[in-house]
Amino acid sequence: MDWEYFLELLLGGLTRGSIYALIALGYTMVYGIIELINFAHGEIYMIGAFTALIVASVLNYAGMNHVAVAILAMVAAIIYSCAYGFAIEKIAYKPLRNAPRLSALISAIGMSLFLQNYVLLAQTPDFLPFPSLIPDFDFWEPYAHIISSQEIAILATTVSVMILLTVMIKFTIIGKAMRATAQDRIMAALVGVDINRVISVTFVVGSATAAIGGVLIASHVGQINFYIGFIAGIKAFVAAVLGGIGSIPGAVLGSLVLGWTESFFTGYISSDYEDVFAFLFLVLILIFRPSGILGRSETQKV
Amino acid sequence: MKQSKKWIKGMVLAFMAAIFMFSGSMSWAEDGTIKLGVAGAHSGDLASYGIPSVNAAKLVVKEINANGGVLGKQVELLVEDDACKPEIATNTATKLVSQGVNVVMGHICSGATKAALGIYKDSNIICMSPSATNPALTQSGDYPNFYRTIASDDAQAKLDVDFALNVLKLNKIAVIHDKGDYGKGFAEFAKKFLEESGKAEVVLYEGITPGAVDYSAVVQKIKRSDAQAVIFGGYHPEASKIVTQMRKKRMDTIFISDDGVKDDTFIKVAGEYAQGVYASGPKDSSKNPLNIKAVNAHKEEFKSDPGAFYENAYSAVLAILNAIEKAGSTDYAAVSKALKTEWVETPIGKIKFDERGDAIGAGFSVYQVKDGKYAEVK
Repeated sequence: MDWEYFLELLLGGLTRGSIYALIALGYTMVYGIIELINFAHGEIYMIGAFTALIVASVLNYAGMNHVAVAILAMVAAIIYSCAYGFAIEKIAYKPLRNAPRLSALISAIGMSLFLQNYVLLAQTPDFLPFPSLIPDFDFWEPYAHIISSQEIAILATTVSVMILLTVMIKFTIIGKAMRATAQDRIMAALVGVDINRVISVTFVVGSATAAIGGVLIASHVGQINFYIGFIAGIKAFVAAVLGGIGSIPGAVLGSLVLGWTESFFTGYISSDYEDVFAFLFLVLILIFRPSGILGRSETQKV
Repeated sequence: MKQSKKWIKGMVLAFMAAIFMFSGSMSWAEDGTIKLGVAGAHSGDLASYGIPSVNAAKLVVKEINANGGVLGKQVELLVEDDACKPEIATNTATKLVSQGVNVVMGHICSGATKAALGIYKDSNIICMSPSATNPALTQSGDYPNFYRTIASDDAQAKLDVDFALNVLKLNKIAVIHDKGDYGKGFAEFAKKFLEESGKAEVVLYEGITPGAVDYSAVVQKIKRSDAQAVIFGGYHPEASKIVTQMRKKRMDTIFISDDGVKDDTFIKVAGEYAQGVYASGPKDSSKNPLNIKAVNAHKEEFKSDPGAFYENAYSAVLAILNAIEKAGSTDYAAVSKALKTEWVETPIGKIKFDERGDAIGAGFSVYQVKDGKYAEVK
């Protein structure tokens, strides 16, 4: 057994899984609260990456130092994506809240196509180079061939976001309101929870994590175009379903499982069938645990 | 009730009359001009391969029309986009056929070209691509109506393999492809030639998923295989991701690829990591006077440097129109014969076509990225 190779695949899968997790959180939170699959979520991730690219290019041109550029680009991406997430909910989902669930789903797919084409036309159909926002640390150079500074930054950021999110949901008033809304929307409204506000906050928080994911992966891979949100969005959605949609720890676990499955399968067997295997695994898990790894088996209310 | 039925009947009649009038006017136009279809990727990820061919066609046709046209008729361009997608290419081809094209210059991508060719074949329309390099398009013999002004992938793979073995003297090589018609075709030939040579070992042969979030696992695998070089079959978006990730993992593995990567977008996106990458592409014919003329015409008209496959497209249009002129009509059999027998001077050299439809006289060279530009390796 080649331990260094195993370790590299493990870390590679962990990085990939962390990125999926940042996006999957948005899917799972929205589903948990309004039982809607927000297909436009991948596009929020893409818009986050584009915003960061524009801001970073301008600031780099102005000659600012690296750390400041990285932080400002990230903040701008979060603000912009949150605004989009908030607006999408108000425009495309709120008017359909009491409509059949299929209508809202179609509206979500429409929103996704609209945003993709909007970026295609307003920005560019080409691939754009994305600057490496996180520099290579000198002290880390001896280990850079195993895990790069960027990958460490991705892991550290993902873990901090998870902790913040858990604290928010467990210990704050809005977190309590979110849990109440998820359990029973009508009852929560009757005891004085402002449902509209809770839903808006959910979309904003989900968009913020997606924007963070977008900036980190774009900086890691080094290129973006208008289509990146679609593939990343589909994979993250799969991860959310794998872990049990509606469950936050489930989304994280599902993402890591998917990341590792892809990484180890490619590493030890073949990358030709990477996606085939990832989806086969999904089918197997759903056969034995229909509501996902950590999903609650929901008894239909009568 | 009766009133509305009558109204519908009237509408239908008027509509049918309109169709007859339109079709009448169309057949009249057919006699007046020679219709040249231009199809390819004019939008989407790979638009940078298709747009130059449209510009080339516009410039050649403008000049020929100014000098009296072909057989005394003006040449009319019909430009259609296929976004490099096979499923769209069939619609593109059907639309061009229904508009009554005589010949087609296109398509750009091999997969899209293959999808469209059957439709042209059924209508006896000659199709000439400036860039579709999949070997089977000519070698299978399925498409007698197909020609191209670029050498096929096996010629390209042979060149890249010879370069790796004889110039770089490598003996452990990984072959990676993007599972598409173009990339996999190229990779299969590269693998075959490497194995036949007996000089080098193929230590890894893998397909990757285009557009995946990252390729770190494949990069680790290349590293573990101890390959001295990677030969990659595919397009520039995946190539730049793989090269960037290899360099970030501190690997200095040599990267050799095809003309899908020999595009300035690759250098722009991969940036500093592109340095030293080898890619084969159409032979440099920048000293050819016709080529200089074609490039200058582009600069004058569009105020920019022409992009990938511009010379090949320019040559394809010249070859097609020359063959029609020599054949004396747009008749399928006569034009086919002219293409195979008449030499024509073009920006890529003096060419004619062999029995299978490959250009005699067009070839490939190996280039290397040096200081942000592709330079020919002598």
